Amino acid sequence: MASTAQSVDLLRTPLADWHAAHGGRLVDFAGWAMPVQYGSIVEEHVATRTGVGLFDVSHMGRLAVRGSQAGPFLDHVLTRRVTALKPGQIRYSLVCNSAGGMLDDVLAGRVGVDSAEGPAFALVVNASNREKLNTWFAEEAQHFQVSLDDQTLATAMIAVQGPRAVAMVAQLADTDVAALRYYSGCEARVAGVPCAVSRTGYTGEDGFELTCPAQEATALWQALCAAGGVACGLAARDTLRLEAGMPLYGHELSEQLNPLDAGLRFAVDLCDSGGQPRSFVGGDALRSADSSGPQRLRVGLAIEGKRPPREQYRVLTAGRACGVVTSGTHSPTLGKPIAMAYVEPPYATEGTSLTVDIRGTETPATVVPLPFYRRS
Amino acid sequence: MKPEELLYAKTHEWVAIEETDGGKTATIGISAYAVESLTDLVFIELPKQGRTVAALESFCEVESVKAVSDIYSPVAGEVTEVNTPLADALEWLSDDPYGAGWIAKVKITDDAPLAGLLDYDAYQKMCAEEA
Repeated sequence: MASTAQSVDLLRTPLADWHAAHGGRLVDFAGWAMPVQYGSIVEEHVATRTGVGLFDVSHMGRLAVRGSQAGPFLDHVLTRRVTALKPGQIRYSLVCNSAGGMLDDVLAGRVGVDSAEGPAFALVVNASNREKLNTWFAEEAQHFQVSLDDQTLATAMIAVQGPRAVAMVAQLADTDVAALRYYSGCEARVAGVPCAVSRTGYTGEDGFELTCPAQEATALWQALCAAGGVACGLAARDTLRLEAGMPLYGHELSEQLNPLDAGLRFAVDLCDSGGQPRSFVGGDALRSADSSGPQRLRVGLAIEGKRPPREQYRVLTAGRACGVVTSGTHSPTLGKPIAMAYVEPPYATEGTSLTVDIRGTETPATVVPLPFYRRS
Repeated sequence: MKPEELLYAKTHEWVAIEETDGGKTATIGISAYAVESLTDLVFIELPKQGRTVAALESFCEVESVKAVSDIYSPVAGEVTEVNTPLADALEWLSDDPYGAGWIAKVKITDDAPLAGLLDYDAYQKMCAEEA
């Protein structure tokens, strides 16, 4: 059973008291006391697939990047070019080290209103990597006119996800947020609370992520609950993202892996707009990896039977290990076990029959396309 | 079975002891508190009939959506009966944990481990402290 979060050293989001008062089981997640679930994980998962799920994601790091060279700085540290973004546009990107290993996966957005020095950007980074990235960015920023401001503790972030999420938030907003395109954002008041609204998420559903001042988070959360949102914990967030085929740092992504292995080529701009090799941290290593071909590939696995594979279980072919499971669960939507794994490239083709060593039992598994679930 | 009349292991299994032709047989399950804590059970690997178990040895595994958990035999002996239909009716664990949700019967070969089990009141107290 999961240990409960009682350490006084854990960070608490502005909503932690609400979670504790409403049956949230708080656990230590990346140094934060976070609700893993309120009741049934499956019920929270289904609420998000069929209605609206609410997720406190205030533990995610939120960094403001400003200054006359904010764009060039981000182009230097991100695998993706962001200087060409229009106001409000958001992109998924990796942060790599010089060897091409992934330090984090992030969302980078150009905020709607430029700062006095020029375009300003907002980064959302993983909680587990926030301090590492603050150090990394501070080092890399020395040669740029740029200021970095970690706003995580002063703000809260709420993900509102599901087929009814857009209509629900639109009804509470003073701006036409339903007109936002996927992966774009704007400023709006939601239930009277000033928010940065972005049409993004980590569940495979449509919806928004709302960032607001910490002291107004509970009022916003309560308004979203009153409008029909169902509070969901990190466990449901994990099953939702896994069905949606989305990688999770520390599982599918790490410093020992590069974005090409992970199937994230779409988030790596090896070339600039003129088609020339682009200079960024890890760029040379990634170009080299690109030309030599992958050593492993991220795949989806459909598992026979009812028993879910878990992280670190071995993937076998003819009794020989050819890969390893990085995430596995019972899929509430499909009603059967699913997993993501890294396998050697010859075994990554869709339809390949493999086995997974589930606690000593070789269980048949088939390589299937990701995602496992796509919203209709 | 009435939960008040059962014995409990610190690892949340319950035990009912029956006297049988000169020996003792333990019926074993997991408590309502355990089922509620685990939530969203999707699979059970039941013990094999005929195997011997030591007290506190893992002899069964349950998978929830989130994780796999061991179930430990609170007694030492031989597994004489297994509730095989439970594998396809996991809802019995939550609907009727002290009845239809029983897991296995073990013919006890050593009485000593029974002394380490808790009565209902002591178990309730332990759960209250854990929560």
